[in-house]
Amino acid sequence: MEITSTWYLVLAAVIFAIGAVGLLVRRNPLVMFMCVELMLNSVNLTFVTFGRELDDIGGQASVFFVLVVAAAEVVIGLAIVVALTRRMPTVNADDISALRG
Amino acid sequence: MIELIVFVIAGGFAVIGALGVVLAKNPVHAALMLVMTLFSVAVLFLAQDAQFLAAVQIVVYAGAIVVLFLFVIMLLGVDQSEDLSVEPLVGQRAIAGVVGLAIAALAVVSVWGGATGTPTETGPLVDSITGTTTSAVEALPDDQTSGQEINANINQLGESIFTDYVFAFEITALLLTVAVVGAVVLARSRRGELADMPETALDDLMTVAPVAPIPASGNDADHAGEASTLTTETEEVS
Repeated sequence: MEITSTWYLVLAAVIFAIGAVGLLVRRNPLVMFMCVELMLNSVNLTFVTFGRELDDIGGQASVFFVLVVAAAEVVIGLAIVVALTRRMPTVNADDISALRG
Repeated sequence: MIELIVFVIAGGFAVIGALGVVLAKNPVHAALMLVMTLFSVAVLFLAQDAQFLAAVQIVVYAGAIVVLFLFVIMLLGVDQSEDLSVEPLVGQRAIAGVVGLAIAALAVVSVWGGATGTPTETGPLVDSITGTTTSAVEALPDDQTSGQEINANINQLGESIFTDYVFAFEITALLLTVAVVGAVVLARSRRGELADMPETALDDLMTVAPVAPIPASGNDADHAGEASTLTTETEEVS
């Protein structure tokens, strides 16, 4: 059986859905960030797959930039988590409501 | 055939790792499961002739980001297990499962629906194993085409980033600078903020703060004894 691009895309869709469910279900901000990383990775896989399918290096260039943005996002997110733990004993996404309008 | 085996193994581990991230009670276990998924995705990148991205994936994600996660988990001491049996909002998990299934079904159906036509025969950009290449290597100078199939991917990607996407690359540098400044601003602790901290954190700071050993020549005998034990402890540690 030949592995076509469709298989990679389906796998990426499954990982994306798992990450989305984790983001909705979990309450620990660190685990939520990990789920965001999962979703970003599945999209990266989609980029690489389409780049190969269309014979275009632009897909891989996009993945490069997504990697950089993901790194910056994790740095800021973890800094926010560190700043939050100074103010409250346990970090729970339900308790972080200081910005509620 | 070999691609099928690689895909099944790496894809299976990727899905298992993704499920582990969501289902693990302990954040440390979730981080390790995330490493498994990231490695599997790197293998899938390799299988699709994206060698540079596979290396960057392992170095940046598994080497830097997950270590950063683990560092924060250990630093904050939040590695206690989360009680997953209690549902904070009633019915939330069922709705989340439905939403996840809907996302997966939508993506899969769109992919299968889009793939009903005849598959394009473009093939990989650079086939690193056989060396048969499409237009990728032919665009390079002649002295780089022989025996450097793996480098071709890096050359091509670098040329693309530094010509077509050079403005985006510069913006990326700005973004990273802003991220560094933001992290420093968010995570630093000023003297004035000590009053806002909870009591436990304040106590921790107070117990850690006196590093210098107390001189043992005090008038009070009890204090002298405490100081001597303190100095012996610090000596043992050092």
